[in-house]
This record gives sequence, structure tokens and C-alpha cells, in this order.
Amino acid sequence: MILKLNYFGQIAQMLHKEEEVLDLPVTTIRELKSYYAEKLQTIPFSVAVNQQLAGETDQLNENDEVALLPPFAGG
Amino acid sequence: MADKKVKNVFVEGPITPEKIANSIAHHQVKTNIGAHDIFLGQVRADVIEGKTVQAIDYSAYEEMANKVFHEIRESAFDKFDLTCMHIYHSKGLVKTGEICLFVFTSSAHRKEAMEACRYLVEEIKAKVPIFGKEVFEDASFQWKVNQ
Repeated sequence: MILKLNYFGQIAQMLHKEEEVLDLPVTTIRELKSYYAEKLQTIPFSVAVNQQLAGETDQLNENDEVALLPPFAGG
Repeated sequence: MADKKVKNVFVEGPITPEKIANSIAHHQVKTNIGAHDIFLGQVRADVIEGKTVQAIDYSAYEEMANKVFHEIRESAFDKFDLTCMHIYHSKGLVKTGEICLFVFTSSAHRKEAMEACRYLVEEIKAKVPIFGKEVFEDASFQWKVNQ
């Protein structure tokens, strides 16, 4: 599935990029998280799809804007 | 009073004392207000393993962050009887001692203004995709995580 991926903070630093378009073998958030868990090692992260926080069982759709968000630090 | 348009909450660099003073001054014409509450987040010089934080470099998923700020604003207007509400957050570098978050609530009476201000700050810290790199004096850094 083609996804537009956005990386932020510590995740962008670790992956050496802020965005990319990838064709990934995933259809749910759970699968996406397990795909990235290995790359991101111990960094906890949440996932937003089309700028809304997504739950584990949510489905992904072709060309979704997917963001990997490390822990928030506002304020 | 709720404004449906998504506003840009982000300010480049620190929020200046002048901006805060001007914001207060602008409310003098709104004479139905009887109470303001203000929260100012300031960058703290934490000492971590012997190194002192010099600044926080803020970044954000800006489009989503502005939408989340908007949702938080709308929910505060629903929960509390507010006359007005202003939120500003820094992006980019903010040095220790400088202000990175300004939340300003106004109401007819103190209780609503104070409760709304506290609610907003807690919601912002928990829900808005903002990231902070704590930069030390030797230019090394670590990523900040809200408690």
C-alpha cells in the first residue's frame, strides 16, 4: 500500500528524513507499528492518519498521510 | 463566542513580554470581563548528568497541531463560560528563562477563567504533537518528554 509518511522529532533524527512515500506491506495501524518497531527500537510513538490520532485496529487506505509521532513535549 | 476558523498558534522563537503585555492591554475595551487567568510556560535550566539545558528547540506537526489546538479551544468554550481565549506556542529555539507557551483566558468571573486556563494547559501538554529538543551548553541534546 502506498503511504505518505511523515516523521517528527527523535524519529526524524533516527531515520535521517522527515518524509517519504513508501509502498509498505501493511493494512492496519497495528501492522504499521510492528513494521516500524524494529527500526525505531525503544522510541515510543503514536500514529496519526490524515492528521487524526489512529487506534491499533484502524485500517489504512491507499495514499493516506501517515505521521509517526514521538512523545509530545509542548508547553 | 467560539470561532470556527483554525488559527495558527505558533510563534517563531520566544513569546516576548511585550506580546503578553499588549494582549492584556487589548482586553481593556472588553468591559464585560471581570477576570483573566494567564499561564506562562518558561524554559527551565534543568541539569541532566552534569549538563545544563541552554534552550529548547521546538518542532511540531504543525497542521495537525493547529487542528488539535482548535479542538481544545472549542471544547473549552463548551465547558466554561468564557469571554475570550488566546493560545500561543513557540516553534524554533527558545532559551532558558524565555516564554514558550502563553495561555490567556477571560471571563466575567474568576472561577471560570482559572478552571479553563488549567484545563487548556493540561490538554495542550497531553494532546498537541509538539516536540522539544533540550540543547545543552556543549551543543549535545536530548528529547524532552512531558510528564
